[in-house]
Amino acid sequence: MPDSVEIINALVMLANFVIVPGIAYGAQLALGALGITLIYAVLRFSNFAHGDTMAFGTMITVLLTWWLQSAGVSLGPLPTALLALPVGIATTAVLCLTLDRVVYQHYRNKRSAPVVFVIASVGIMFVLNGVVRFVIGPNDQRFADGERFIIKAREFKRMTGLSEGLTIKVSQGLTVVMAIVVVAALFWFLNRTRTGKSMRAFSDNEDLALLSGIDPQRVVMITWLIAAALTTIAGVMYGLDKSFKPFTYFQLLLPMFAAAIVGGIGQPIGAIVGGFLVAFSEVTITYAYKKFVRYLAPEDMQPDSLLQLLSTDYKFAVSFLILVLVLLIRPTGIMRGKVI
Amino acid sequence: MSYLQGRAMTGGYGGGADILHACSLAVDKGEIAVIVGPNGAGKSTAMKAVFGMLPLRRGTVTLGDRDITKLSPQERVKAGMAFVPQTNNVFVSMTVEENLEMGAFIRDDDFSGTLEQVYELFPILKEKRLQSAGELSGGQRQQVAVGRALMTRPTVLMLDEPTAGVSPIVMDELFDRIIEVRNTGIAVLMVEQNAKQALAIADTGYVLVTGENRFTDTGEALLANPDVRRSFLGG
Repeated sequence: MPDSVEIINALVMLANFVIVPGIAYGAQLALGALGITLIYAVLRFSNFAHGDTMAFGTMITVLLTWWLQSAGVSLGPLPTALLALPVGIATTAVLCLTLDRVVYQHYRNKRSAPVVFVIASVGIMFVLNGVVRFVIGPNDQRFADGERFIIKAREFKRMTGLSEGLTIKVSQGLTVVMAIVVVAALFWFLNRTRTGKSMRAFSDNEDLALLSGIDPQRVVMITWLIAAALTTIAGVMYGLDKSFKPFTYFQLLLPMFAAAIVGGIGQPIGAIVGGFLVAFSEVTITYAYKKFVRYLAPEDMQPDSLLQLLSTDYKFAVSFLILVLVLLIRPTGIMRGKVI
Repeated sequence: MSYLQGRAMTGGYGGGADILHACSLAVDKGEIAVIVGPNGAGKSTAMKAVFGMLPLRRGTVTLGDRDITKLSPQERVKAGMAFVPQTNNVFVSMTVEENLEMGAFIRDDDFSGTLEQVYELFPILKEKRLQSAGELSGGQRQQVAVGRALMTRPTVLMLDEPTAGVSPIVMDELFDRIIEVRNTGIAVLMVEQNAKQALAIADTGYVLVTGENRFTDTGEALLANPDVRRSFLGG
């Protein structure tokens, strides 16, 4: 039997390597998936350019952050990127509205099938992908500054006397706080304001919304603004937590879509549930449990292998698997969204 | 001259053949006009033509002394017309109260008075106002749909088969409510499958066949007309 200290050590270790990173990653995915789900609910297509829109917004924020840093501006313990974030959001909003006016509006007027919109968004995805790499380069970019940790592993060990440490990064704490604030604001907007309700009405029944005098142009515009804000915030938080690399953001498209679909596409709450579900699936399946089990298993049953179900290189396979399973077994997702 | 009038309307969907052939409809404030006829007679199409959802090749639609032939359905809503489609006529994911609020979307003034009036007309809606409309029974949904349409304080209420798929008891109840709506001075134009019951409450009845007016008279006279009875009311 392991004694209680060993159990606590094992749990702290799990918190350090699975729970805390999972929560932060889940919040980032949830914000991204919310954007996808809102676009799907209102514009009725799957926006494949979402990951690269995220990269674009983050790039603008990174460039501005560097400029602010070189000018000696600082937020003290918080990352300077927070100051640049509003400009990043505004620029991304302008980008989204411009793309809507130049590309999607044309197909809306023609009443094209959703698949046409999807293909158009794939085109936009490639263009944005190229633009971002052309401007900032394909490599990893770091732009985080300020304090790095809320709790350091060493301090935690000293405080508790445990042999395992718990680290919570500022970027992780910030991500969670930011996600809570943004999601609360979004739900307040959707459920309490006239404009938000008109967005839900338009998503629910377009014809009846038109009969009620709801202006579709306005609803579409507001949806892009919200999606731009959500995706830029998600991108900047992910970048602060890890690093900013354009290709990684393109790859995030898969877990974000998996999150939106598993939660029920078109359902904002579903996107949040889905975000955490995908994040925790990824983290728990790719985590090596060797040391964790070592704390709990008796002497003669110590594992020799890493006890890792899947190498982290294959983490995208997890999203893919979730996506396939959901579409096969319950296409409407957890919250009964629309069937793709 | 009647308040709402469609004169010699001719037209069809897209570039297809004409469905309506010089069809005329009219209804005055404080009156109920009912369109009846066999399946495929163009009843709903005639209603849609009046509401601007069907491009007219010939003919005009006037509201009061205004020619609204060229107005889009949205502009007609602003001009005081309200339309309740036959299906998908509520926001299923929204609460009853939110449905009514959306009905009042074009109003910038305080619509709480109208909301109270709708709740007075349909007391069940007040009871269920925080429930989502998708969870209601067919009859209750129709009440939400009519309530939503009334929120703009229209002068014309158009109903496309309001009693489709509801039980006879609920149908009588709905017709009673529609009479109450008429008594507030609104012009009511509706298409009905249940011809006998509908004609019984109609001030004017229009019998359409293949997109043309076959009989036009008061509801009572049509019910008494042996030709109409034999051909359309099942004896």
